[in-house]
Formats: sequence, structure tokens, C-alpha cells
Amino acid sequence: MSTEALRAERIVKSFGHVTALAGVSMHVARGEMLGILGDNGAGKSTLMKILTGFHQPSAGQVFVNGAPVTLASVDRARALGIECVYQDLALINGLSIYHNLFLNRELLRPWPFRLLDHRAMRERARAALADIGVNIPSVDLEVGQLSGGQRQAIAVARAVASDARILLLDEPLAAMGAREAGLIIDLIERLKARGDIAIVMIAHNYAQTLEICDRVMLMQHGEVTYESRAAETSAAELLEIVRREYRAARAG
Amino acid sequence: MSGVATAGGLRGRLQGFLLRPEASVIVVAVVLVIYFQFANVNFLTNANLETLSQFIATPVIIACGEIMLLICREIDLSVGQVFALAPFVMERAHGWGLPVPLAMAAALAVSGGVGFVIGLITLRLRVPSFITTLGMLFLITGLTLTISRGFPADTPGGKLLTNLMGNWGYAEICWAFAVVALMHIVLRHTRWGLHTIATGGNAIAAAEAGIDIDRIRMGNFILTSTLGGFAGLLEAFRIGSTDPLAGGSNIMFLGVASGVIGGTAIAGGAGTIIGGLVGGIVLGVLQDGFTLQGINAFTFDIIIGAAILLAMVANIHLARLRGGAR
Repeated sequence: MSTEALRAERIVKSFGHVTALAGVSMHVARGEMLGILGDNGAGKSTLMKILTGFHQPSAGQVFVNGAPVTLASVDRARALGIECVYQDLALINGLSIYHNLFLNRELLRPWPFRLLDHRAMRERARAALADIGVNIPSVDLEVGQLSGGQRQAIAVARAVASDARILLLDEPLAAMGAREAGLIIDLIERLKARGDIAIVMIAHNYAQTLEICDRVMLMQHGEVTYESRAAETSAAELLEIVRREYRAARAG
Repeated sequence: MSGVATAGGLRGRLQGFLLRPEASVIVVAVVLVIYFQFANVNFLTNANLETLSQFIATPVIIACGEIMLLICREIDLSVGQVFALAPFVMERAHGWGLPVPLAMAAALAVSGGVGFVIGLITLRLRVPSFITTLGMLFLITGLTLTISRGFPADTPGGKLLTNLMGNWGYAEICWAFAVVALMHIVLRHTRWGLHTIATGGNAIAAAEAGIDIDRIRMGNFILTSTLGGFAGLLEAFRIGSTDPLAGGSNIMFLGVASGVIGGTAIAGGAGTIIGGLVGGIVLGVLQDGFTLQGINAFTFDIIIGAAILLAMVANIHLARLRGGAR
């Protein structure tokens, strides 16, 4: 039932003498959501950047849909359906929602002038948002007028509309109130229910991550120190593991 | 029932209009025209409209370029110097035996070349465009003075071409309207315009989406310089000769002011060509109207300065209202 979408095996990444990742393995299936927890400097972001093709691993192998791939560039990763959604970097505030959804993939009217086809983009944007259940009064609104949660939803919608089937979410709930976070959690639930999208989420908040993810991975100093089904662990247990490692590191 | 719907539609449309960034400046322009017509019956006469159109045309053409640059968070301070350089390039090229249309093309190419150099220095060597073009401002003034040896030059060309390019009273404003129409379409209805807004609004996100942001910036530098050269050529045809110190910073600032009064954000990411046109009209009407009333040049600068400040205060507060309407 669960088909593997993305797998990384023994990924190593060094920057000069610093080892950011010391052999990290992970996998996520379609319809599944993996949460990656860890402190700053644990290597979460480096792993994400390797999966988006921004960094190249020093060693290790990435598989997409079971086949080994080389993510040589962001474009290459995107072509394979991998898209990372950054919370605040993703959108252009001064442009409308539908322009943002189609940024650099604009629909154009036919020959001879190749002008923007605003009407078609509006319609397709409405359909794309309805498709994943994002409720926005008008696609003509400027993104800058939206709340943080709505912006995040638009960014996710853009990734899904551009055929991304492996979504990497970078701190999607950071700095968000309960209502806003609820909006995004609902959206994620709907995406999971579609069954054709694999989601990897980086986060800090243990309780929240356990609530929405199927599986969680704990990363510390460039290694995966713990992995579990979300239902089989608790925030307290994860915190205890972090404390133990921290004490061990200090003693060592 | 349909009457109610129409009223709602009208009100909605009015509200929609008032929320547009151009709205305040359009209202100001209309009020000014009405005021000057009441203050001086000669205001809306053919003779004065011709003069007025000439006040307006050049800053508006320059504003079209500057607005594109401001939107992508750049500026060109040297466009007024290209304005003076272009006619001399044309005159020289004609002197070397090129027919006038080709000499004009050569002048536009040199103008565009200036933009290209500005782009190279700004984008490759990472000098802020404010500084790059400040340097170019002096450099090109010197260049024009050298080419011209400090003397004005007569504009070449036959009667038809001369009339078409600016000597006929309304030729310049017709060109200005054409440039405005074209640039409005470019900004609102082409990928180039959209990507210009994206580049200024959030360069990282634009690059993330695969937009070549340096290409957008470079293109707009070239565009602005070319438009500056074009405006200089029109002025040369209108007057029949060019002074090496024509245009200059004054014309550049009028262009930038037209754009900013019209609602273009100096911080980038938003702007309007139509607003730039109306902003240019406001500045032109002020200049022309107060001249008709016989206000002296010293007072005039005070009034222009105050007008710019007032327009900016109005714009910023309208923008807040727009933001508050969410």
C-alpha cells in the first residue's frame, strides 16, 4: 500500500573539516508524513538542502520512486517532483495570489503578442486552491495582505500545482498562532489523504510534530539518533533522549 | 432591482478606483486643471495646451524607464545626461555620412549601451546603482562636452521627419503617450513586467522560482537609458538644436518625481506607468499654471517641492488605508 517516494541512504556532507551530516538515512512513502526534529545545527537544514538539490552530498545515495538519482541542481530536483516550501522566502508580497501561483510558469495568450493570460491564470488558480481546499475570498488579493497561515497555504498550493509530489516543508508552523497553525495542519491532512504526496517536515515543536506526522526522526550532531512511529512515542520521551545525548556530549 | 445592483456596482467600482495607487494623483490632477482654468482663462487654450504638452512629454518618457527601475529596486541618476548625449551622437553619426534615421538608431544604440555599462558595473561589480549612475552622470556630461567641444549642435533631418519627431507642437506628447501605452502593457501584461515586480518585491523568491533577476535588472537599465536618449532626440528635433548641458539632473528628477508622485514605491516591488503619466501631468500643470499666473521662478521651486511632499504624504497614507482594508 505504501509506496516509497523518497529514500536517502547514508548521506554524508562535510564543509571543509566540519561534518554536517555523518551518514544519515531516511525514507518517506506517498501519503506519509515524516517529521524531522532537532536543534539548530543538528543537520536538518543541510539534509533538506541536499534533498532539494541545493547541496551535493559528499557520500551516500538518494532514491526517488525507488530509482537512484543525482540531485545535481534545484531544477533537477524539481523536475523529479521534489519541492521545498520555505515559510517567508517563497512569495512576492506585491503580486496577486494568482500571479504568485504561476510565477515563472505564466500562462500566455497565443500568437502574436504572447501577453499574460490573466483570465486563464485566475481560473486555474481558483481551481488549484479549491483542489486542496484552501479557502481564500479572491485570487486577486495581493499576497502581502494575507496572514502568515494563508501565505503558507498559497506556497504549498503553488508547489502542489507545479506537480510536486515530494513536499519538503521548512518550519511550516513556526511563529504562527493556533488558528493559523490549524489552517496549515488541515491543509496537510488533506494533502496526506490524497495519497499521492509524500511530505517531509522540519520542525522544532515536538508535540505539534507528533500530532500531525506519521513518523518522526530525531537528528543530533549530524546523525539520526532516534526514529519512531509518531503514535509509539511522546514528546517527553523525545525530550529525554535529547537530554541524555546532551549530558553524554558534555561528559565526553 | 437592477438599479440597486448598478448602484452597488458603481460604488464598488468607485471604491476599487480609490484604492488604486494612481487614484490620489488623478484626483489632484483634475483639481489642479479645474483650478488653473478658473484662475486663468488662457489655461485650456490650444496655444497653452501645446506648451503644457511639451512640459509634460519629456519627464513622462523618462519616468517610464525610472518606474521600471524603481520597481526592481534600482535607479538611474544619469538618464538626464544620456538625454543630452544622444542628439550629439546623432549629429556626429550624420556628419559621418549616415542618413538621419540610421543616425538616430545609432544614438539610441549608444544610449542603450550606457545602460548596459551601468548594468555591468552594478550587477557584476556589485556597485549600488545609485553610485554607479552618479559616476556615469559626471562621466557622460564630460563625454558630451568633449564630443560637442562645448558648442550646441543643429539637429539634422528633413521637414517631415523633424515634424514627426517633435517639431509639430503635439508630436512629443504623442510619442510620450505611445511610450506610456507600450510600457503599461509591458508592466501589466507581459512576463517581463511581472518578473520586474517580482525582482523588486522579493529577489530571493524570484530567483528561487527560476527568474533570472540580473537579466531583468540589466534589461531595465538598458531600457531606461534608451528612453532617456529617445527623449533627448525628440527635444532636439523640437528645438532644432541641442545644448550639451540640456536635460541633466533636473529632467531626471522630474522623471523620478513623476513616477513617485504617481504611486510608484521608492522601495521597489510596486509601481504604475499610468500613475507616472499623471504624476508628470501634475508637475507640468503646476509648472505651466504658475507660469501663466506670473509666479516667479524662486517661488515656483518652493511650490513644486511642497507639491511633491504633499503627494508623497497622500500616497503613503492611501497605501496604509489599502493595507488596512484587508
